[in-house]
Amino acid sequence: MSTAHQKLERHSLKFTIMILLVASLGGLFEIAPLFTIDNTVEKVEGMRVYTPLELAGRDIYVREGCYACHSQMIRTLKSDVDRYGSFSLAAESMYDHPFQWGSKRTGPDLARIGGKYSDDWHVAHLKAPREVVKGSVMPGYGFLADTNLDTDKMRAALVAQSRVGVPYGEEHIENAIKDTAAQADPEAEFEDEIIERYGEGINIRDFDGNRDRVSEMDALVAYLQMLGTLVEVDALKKEELVR
Amino acid sequence: MTKITENITALICSLLVLITGAIVVLYTSETGFLLHGWLMIFFSAWAVLTVVRRMNRPLEPKSLEYNDEVIKWGVLGCLFWGIIGFTVGDVLAWQLAYPDLNGDLPWTNFGRIRPIHTTAVIFGFAGNALMSTSFYVVQRTSRARLAGGYLGWLVFGGYNLFVLLAVTGYPLGITQGREYAEPEWYADILLLIVWLGYFWIYMRTLARRTEPHIYVANWYYLAFIVVIAMLHIVNNLVVPFGLEYTKSYSLFSGVQDAMTQWWYGHNAAGFFLTAGFLGMVYYFLPKAANRPIYSYRMSIVGFWGITFLYLWVGSHHLHYTALPDWVQILGMTMSVILIVPSWASVFNAILTLNGAWDKVRTDPAIRFMMVAVLFYGLTTFEGSFMAIKPVNSLSHYTDWTIGHVHAGALGWVAFITFGSMYKMVPWIWKRDGVYSIRLEAWHFWLALTGTFIYVGAMWNSGITQSLMWQTYDGEGNFLYSFMDSVDAMHGYYIARAIGGLLYLIGALIGAYNIYMTVQGPRKAPQQSNNLPVAAGE
Ligand code: HEC
Ligand code: HEM
Ligand code: HEM
Repeated sequence: MSTAHQKLERHSLKFTIMILLVASLGGLFEIAPLFTIDNTVEKVEGMRVYTPLELAGRDIYVREGCYACHSQMIRTLKSDVDRYGSFSLAAESMYDHPFQWGSKRTGPDLARIGGKYSDDWHVAHLKAPREVVKGSVMPGYGFLADTNLDTDKMRAALVAQSRVGVPYGEEHIENAIKDTAAQADPEAEFEDEIIERYGEGINIRDFDGNRDRVSEMDALVAYLQMLGTLVEVDALKKEELVR
Repeated sequence: MTKITENITALICSLLVLITGAIVVLYTSETGFLLHGWLMIFFSAWAVLTVVRRMNRPLEPKSLEYNDEVIKWGVLGCLFWGIIGFTVGDVLAWQLAYPDLNGDLPWTNFGRIRPIHTTAVIFGFAGNALMSTSFYVVQRTSRARLAGGYLGWLVFGGYNLFVLLAVTGYPLGITQGREYAEPEWYADILLLIVWLGYFWIYMRTLARRTEPHIYVANWYYLAFIVVIAMLHIVNNLVVPFGLEYTKSYSLFSGVQDAMTQWWYGHNAAGFFLTAGFLGMVYYFLPKAANRPIYSYRMSIVGFWGITFLYLWVGSHHLHYTALPDWVQILGMTMSVILIVPSWASVFNAILTLNGAWDKVRTDPAIRFMMVAVLFYGLTTFEGSFMAIKPVNSLSHYTDWTIGHVHAGALGWVAFITFGSMYKMVPWIWKRDGVYSIRLEAWHFWLALTGTFIYVGAMWNSGITQSLMWQTYDGEGNFLYSFMDSVDAMHGYYIARAIGGLLYLIGALIGAYNIYMTVQGPRKAPQQSNNLPVAAGE
């Protein structure tokens, strides 16, 4: 071994190529197959793309670094399932660019937070967490309620999403800006259109309790309220989920 | 490269950044992007001016000395980002203990400033330490002057511009939301170009070497450079909203994205925070102790073991998740085997010290290095242990991970950096030694105490947390609510913040000591036989 190696270490370029070869094996054998093996992501009913308002909320979630304290991945462990609900499926994050599974639970898991609390609870909690939950160490996000949502950006957002493979069509993109605002405003007249484009069961309402504006708070709460609600996980047969 | 092509390359690169900056400033409507456009213009205009001014100067005679000027700036960058990173880290620690410190403003809340800490310490502090020591080591072990003249400056300047763009972006909300890969696409492109320049300099200098064999330390630095390039490219494949926006979406989603990110993430630990620093060990430890490396064979096993295995273990960050089981098992197995090459390096380093134990007692720099190696052994043992699925079911998501991270970060990465800096600074500034051995010893003890308090607190809080999350009462209900576990952390968080503060004070003393060393008198000139054999162009 030593003599062969002594030869190798006389050539800087060969040595470098050797490093690259040896180092690329791991990725080739572990990551590449995830794109080709079919049952990596289960096929389940109910998954749909995010509405523009939810997507805007998700972008805010990423921007504020909520993932630094919250996971969105319920593990298959009993104690995880008992506390947070049925374990997360791969399919449930198939439209997540980037994924937000997180690595630290300074706060609880949020994968199935949708519908657990009222909009008002979320708004009050996000504005002043310690007034709602004594002893919380979560920062306050009152500024979200005072900031208008940049709806104009959502067209470009949907275009970028479709480029990375999320199935948004022409119609979604054309109406992105209008849909963003309309979902947070129950008096707007496009309710049916949104439902037609994104499906039944979309929450259409004023989320932040302030009808005068579409704020970043509207978007974030819209996102939180749909998290984990798309797939009826409890109805799925366990055998179908074998990985 | 001749002087002329070198000048022209430098000029073109700087002008490219200048033009990009100008385009950004003209087209964007985002405040953060505007700021970044101006930063790019400012930095590159400065570079252009410098190059142009030098072009007009008559050609200097070939330099016969090693090129240490850029390294000096690297030392400065390392200390600068180190102090910022430790300070922000301690602010974070206090915020978790007293959340009102978040101020509830956009740019001061925990989520936004946490990446400032990780980027400043990993890319700023550790990155500058690696870059500067690698330039030092490659010249000495090759007995050749650093290749590329100005290019070294551009690499150093461009790299620090990248770190600056990153940490100024986060408080304004510019982030990709991927741990340790938060900077957005334009900063990533800048880093890629800089990195290619870094690689070029390194290879050219090696090519000029007058020693037939490439020394072990260089293997590690080379692996660090090459593998980080590969990881950086793959993990930052994104589609931006458009050229006028900072925001982008990652190319991959869900499971595939998670696996790619942790393949990257764990190798940020493996090649940024491990391989490069092992390079440091292999040069500075034997040099300082004046002993040869204990075993050549062990070096080979250690090196290729690490280079092969690390890339397989990313999935231990995703145990019990929606990632397919076979990948989890594979990652766990490889992680356990990884202890072998890791400990090979540990033994190799410690046995190198055999016969120089008296120096460990008298020379704090060597003590820094020895303790660093011990912490490296501890962290890798702990890592392999935590990668076992049932253990990970306890440690994952908890402060135990944070304890593991900082045993590695504080005890290993920063200790080996301080030890090497205390040796390298007097060497490159041609001083007799550091300004004060006493202050150096103070730094050592403060840092060691700080690390113990930090890591001890996190082990306790981590295990407390995970037990509280998993304890049931007799009827199958949870005994503790989530908030109970948050409340239980308070004391540990205060302890951690105090440990961090001690560590920070130690680092400040260290910075002062290095500053005074540089300010101190030069060594009496002596005929040096330490000149490179292959001089610059
Ligand atoms: C410093 C860490 C931290 C950050 C950052 C953070 N949180 Fe929290 N979060 C917590 C803690 C701790 C709790 C539990 C106590 C409470 O309910 O306030 C919590 C609770 C929550 C809950 C209630 C969960 C439940 O099941 O009761 C929601 C929803 C939430 N956070 C959303 C967010 C969002 C959205 C963000 C980003 C804008 C965020 N958090 C950022 C720490 C954090
Ligand atoms: C044999 C070597 C090592 C192994 C097998 C290992 C294993 C692990 C494991 C199992 C985790 C926890 C993952 C999770 O549950 O989320 C982890 C986290 C981590 N380790 Fe190591 N480790 C090793 C060495 C190191 C070293 C030397 C460092 C350097 C500082 C380091 C830095 C980190 C970091 C930064 C994280 C946290 C990542 C995150 O969640 O953000 N590790 N490691
Ligand atoms: C004064 C010294 C330091 C203090 C007080 C400190 C404090 C902190 C705190 C409070 C966190 C957040 C933990 C959490 O989210 O619960 C953190 C995370 C982190 N720190 Fe430090 N830190 C210090 C030094 C360092 C150094 C020197 C490094 C690396 C070289 C480092 C690397 C990291 C990393 C990688 C994380 C993210 C861990 C994860 O996501 O799992 N830190 N630090």
